[in-house]
Amino acid sequence: MEYILIIISAVFVNNIVLNQFLGVCPFLGVSNKISTAVGMGAAVIFVMTLSTLFTYLLQRYILDPLQIGFMQTVTFILVIAALVQMVEIILKKTSPALYQALGIFLPLITTNCAVLGVSILVVTKELSFGGAPAMLNLPQALVYTASMAAGFGLALILFAGLREQMELVGIPKPFRGVPIALITAGILALAFMGFSGIV
Amino acid sequence: MSKWKIITRGIIKENPTFVLVLGMCPTLGTTTSAINGMGMGLATTFVLMLSNYAISLLAGLIPSKIRIPAYVVVIAIFVTVVQLLMQAYVPALYQTLGLFIPLIVVNCIVLGRAEAFASKNKPVDSFFDGLGSGLGFTLSLTVLGIVRELLGSGSFFGWKLISGDGILVFILAPGAFLVLGYLMVLFNKIKKA
Repeated sequence: MEYILIIISAVFVNNIVLNQFLGVCPFLGVSNKISTAVGMGAAVIFVMTLSTLFTYLLQRYILDPLQIGFMQTVTFILVIAALVQMVEIILKKTSPALYQALGIFLPLITTNCAVLGVSILVVTKELSFGGAPAMLNLPQALVYTASMAAGFGLALILFAGLREQMELVGIPKPFRGVPIALITAGILALAFMGFSGIV
Repeated sequence: MSKWKIITRGIIKENPTFVLVLGMCPTLGTTTSAINGMGMGLATTFVLMLSNYAISLLAGLIPSKIRIPAYVVVIAIFVTVVQLLMQAYVPALYQTLGLFIPLIVVNCIVLGRAEAFASKNKPVDSFFDGLGSGLGFTLSLTVLGIVRELLGSGSFFGWKLISGDGILVFILAPGAFLVLGYLMVLFNKIKKA
C-alpha cells in the first residue's frame, strides 16, 4: 500500500517538472516530438534510479558515519557524472540497440538538474504513512526515484503531444518559441494541480 | 573590452533568462516572492564570480579532455561554501530556497560561462563576466518574483499593498510558468519595437 502511495504521489501529485521545477531545461528542449520524448524519458528513468542507488548508499554508509555531510554536493555530482559516462560506455559495448535508442540522451542527462535534485531529495526526505515521519529505506527510495523519473517521462510525453499540435496553428510572433511553450506548460501544470490532495 | 562592457553585456544583451533561456529550474522554482528570487540570484552571482575567477586561473593546468568534470568540481566547491555561509547567516532564506542551493552546481549558466568565457580569458575579466551574468540573472529573478508576489499575495518585497489574499495560483507552480511566459512575450515585443 505504501508503495502505491509513493508512486501516485511522485508521478501525479508532486510531479517533478510541473510541481517541483526540476529538469525544466530538457523538458523545454527535447519535447518537440513524441518519439524523442519517449527515448529521453526512458533514459532518465534508467540513469536516475541507478544514480540514486549509488548516492543513497554513499550517503548512508560513507558520508553519514564519517559526518562529512557537507561534502554531499561535490560527491553526488561526481558520482552522477562518472556513472553517466560509464553507462554510456557499457551500453555501447554490450547493447548497441539500447545505445542507439538512449545514447544521444545520456550526455544531456549529466546536466539535468532532476538527477542531482532527486538524489538529494531522497536522502533528506521524510515520509509519513499515518505514523511518525521516517527517512526512506532503500527499496522505498528506489521506488520513489523511479516514480519521480516516470513522472518526468509522463510530463515530457504529454507536453510533446501538445507541442506537435501547436506546430500546426498560427501563433502570434512574440509568442513563438519559448514563451508559448512556457504558457502551455503553465496550463498543463494547472491541470496537474487537480491531483493535489488525493494522497 | 572594458570591464564595464563585460558587466553590462551579461545584464541586457546576453541576459541569461530572457535571451539565452538558461537556468530555468531555479528561475521558476524560487521566485514565489521578490526577496526569494533576489536571494537565489545573489547566491548564484557569488558562485559565478568565484568559479569564473578560479577556473580562469586553473585553465592552463587542466587537460582539455577532463575539463568539464574538473570545472564541475570547482563549481561544486564554491556552491558548498555558499551553502554553509547561508546556513549560518540567513537560515530562513536557506530553508525556503532549499534544494535549489545545491542545484546551482548544475545550473547551465555557471558551467556555460566557465566554458565560454573563463577558460579563454584573464582572471579579472572572468570575475567581472561572472558578476555581469550573475546580476542579469538576479535582475530577471527579482522582476519575476516582484510580479508573482504582487499578483499572488498583493505585496511588494513583503509590504502588503492590498488587504486580503491575492490570486493564489500565481505563487503556486502554474503561475511560475505563466508569468515567465508572458514576461518573455513582453520582452520580445519591446525588443522588436
